[in-house]
Amino acid sequence: MAEIRKLKAAKLMKKVMADHFYEIDAAVKAGNPKVAWCTSVGPAELLRAMGFVVYFPENHAAILGASRTATDYIPAANAIGYSPEICSYLTADVGAYLKGFTPLAKIYEGIDSIPKPDVLVYNTNQCRDVKDWFEWYARRWNVPCLGIESYVNVGAVTDTHVAGISGQFKKLAEDLTAITGNKLDMDKLAETVWLSRKCSDLWRDVLEMATRKPSPLTFFDGTIHMGPAVVMRGTQVAVDYYETLLKELQEWVDEGVAAVEGEKYRIYWEGMPIWGKLRENAQLFLRLKTAVVASTYCNSWIFSALDGDDPWDSMARAYTELFIVRDDDYKEDYFLKMKKLFDYDGIIFHDAKTCPNNSNCRYGLPQRLQGKAGIPFVTIDGDLNDLRCYSEEQAITKIEAFIEQLGERK
Amino acid sequence: MPAEFYAGIDVGSTTTKVAIVDAAGTLLAEAVDKSGFDFAGAAETVFSRALAVLDADRLQVKRVVSTGYGRRNVAFADEMRTEIFCHAAGAYHYFPEALTIIDIGGQDNKIIRVNAGGERENFAMNRKCAAGTGAFIEEIAYRLGIDLGSLNGLAEKSEDEVSIGSFCTVFSCTEILGLLRRGTKPEDIVKGVFRSVVKRVLEMDSITGKVVLTGGVVAYNPIIARMMAEMTEREVVVAPHPQVIGAYGAALTARNL
Ligand code: SF4
Repeated sequence: MAEIRKLKAAKLMKKVMADHFYEIDAAVKAGNPKVAWCTSVGPAELLRAMGFVVYFPENHAAILGASRTATDYIPAANAIGYSPEICSYLTADVGAYLKGFTPLAKIYEGIDSIPKPDVLVYNTNQCRDVKDWFEWYARRWNVPCLGIESYVNVGAVTDTHVAGISGQFKKLAEDLTAITGNKLDMDKLAETVWLSRKCSDLWRDVLEMATRKPSPLTFFDGTIHMGPAVVMRGTQVAVDYYETLLKELQEWVDEGVAAVEGEKYRIYWEGMPIWGKLRENAQLFLRLKTAVVASTYCNSWIFSALDGDDPWDSMARAYTELFIVRDDDYKEDYFLKMKKLFDYDGIIFHDAKTCPNNSNCRYGLPQRLQGKAGIPFVTIDGDLNDLRCYSEEQAITKIEAFIEQLGERK
Repeated sequence: MPAEFYAGIDVGSTTTKVAIVDAAGTLLAEAVDKSGFDFAGAAETVFSRALAVLDADRLQVKRVVSTGYGRRNVAFADEMRTEIFCHAAGAYHYFPEALTIIDIGGQDNKIIRVNAGGERENFAMNRKCAAGTGAFIEEIAYRLGIDLGSLNGLAEKSEDEVSIGSFCTVFSCTEILGLLRRGTKPEDIVKGVFRSVVKRVLEMDSITGKVVLTGGVVAYNPIIARMMAEMTEREVVVAPHPQVIGAYGAALTARNL
């Protein structure tokens, strides 16, 4: 059986991620610098420029999913009233906390709990669940929770949108200073925004390596290597990491190394990863000689609008331009644009039970795309973290049948 | 020269089916048995049984294609295909035109659309739920204490069909208990149950072209085809030997490889 190829950079990434968690742990233990929790597409640049170390609970929840411990802890959150049908990042994370568990303690010697924050900062651009999630911890620990209330279903991002969010960013900075005493350093903000932009550009270049045929990387590699783009954007470390990764991928391309040997089909994955089944799914596609070359999920950490010379408005724009914030017309066009870029044969829509926000198959979008551009698709039922919602046998059959169907057309 | 055969083995979640064809694609032998918990064993048993019908030797079978839920358990298969592929291949063989194939199986339903050239355009499978499948009918029959084989006949007698509101198997049972308590006749309930199955299937995907029904459930309950025709206002036919059509499609695939 073909093996999943490993990038050498994975080792470096492990170190970079370990440093990240140790840095936060040290800050908590020393009481300095202050710790801010941030949503995955929240105002990380602002928080760094205000001198916080930043922790991303979604990353923690994804680790719970990937280590297949999420399903053990979700019921504990359900038992205190959180429905099994809301975000299973939230329920896994809260449940694990209630049971006194964190995978960080297993992975990183010396760390024994998730970091208690001095402040929690969300952006609802992705969903309301993150706000509920952060507010739960805020109540529990009696710490302040602030955030940006974003627009949703945005078509074209207008100056009005930008002004609205930019104003909230400025107010957020003032409130954070009033609450924590941390001050905003404008030079630092410009620098952080530039670093974030660099990280974003490099990450985009990494992902676009998959436009090559055969592709040197797949969605499954992307979900692993995006770690630094999620938790360290705005730092030099993340920039350095992606330079290394990009170089290695370029070498692979030069040598004609394929992530999927004998690549026959190219697929777009729409929706969340099924964290507890990444390996199995990667292997399934390997066996089917299918490279999952692109995904909305990995692309979510591309913030091309960021501009250190215009930090407020550019942050507002970057965090409103995200796919997840946009309306269906925009999304349709996006898939067509990606089709041109990655030349994929079809789309797999993952209907994640607990994340409607990242399940774009529920309002007829796949059917419209098929009607408009003849793009074949299949929908699989699953979830990001709650494996009880994943129908594995059915998903495998659907994916295999879909690839057979594509085969009939080639 | 001894005759050459091709076999398809469909290891479904409930039953295992075998079809053996000759080089012309004619169905020569078939066999069906419960899948039980030993898929490999079930495949072995039905295969031997079908060979016995033909009085043929294994060596005369040139190629075997397995399909269905347990397709990976058939060690002697040369290749595997999904049941979606095989149902489409089997149905299209008999009706070479643009089709919507509806397979009502033991645990899942499929709607497969093929174009006039026989290429699959798309397909849908039911979600992780047995609503509208054979398992639903079995559960209701069990609750009512009615033999599976007599359901169709009973439903045909109904003059005042009831409507089952819930689409959850368990909730439907509760609903049915309520109906019985109020004195509703079993035949009216059973007809309502069949209607519920058809409704569940039709909400999975839109229907185009001629409708071909496959699967074990329609093999035993022809009332479903009539209801489906009525509700879709389309031509609805039951595929020849509907229960083994997946195995037959697999056998045809074996022949074409
Ligand atoms: S976008 Fe989905 S997965 Fe992410 S936090 Fe919100 S509900 Fe959870």
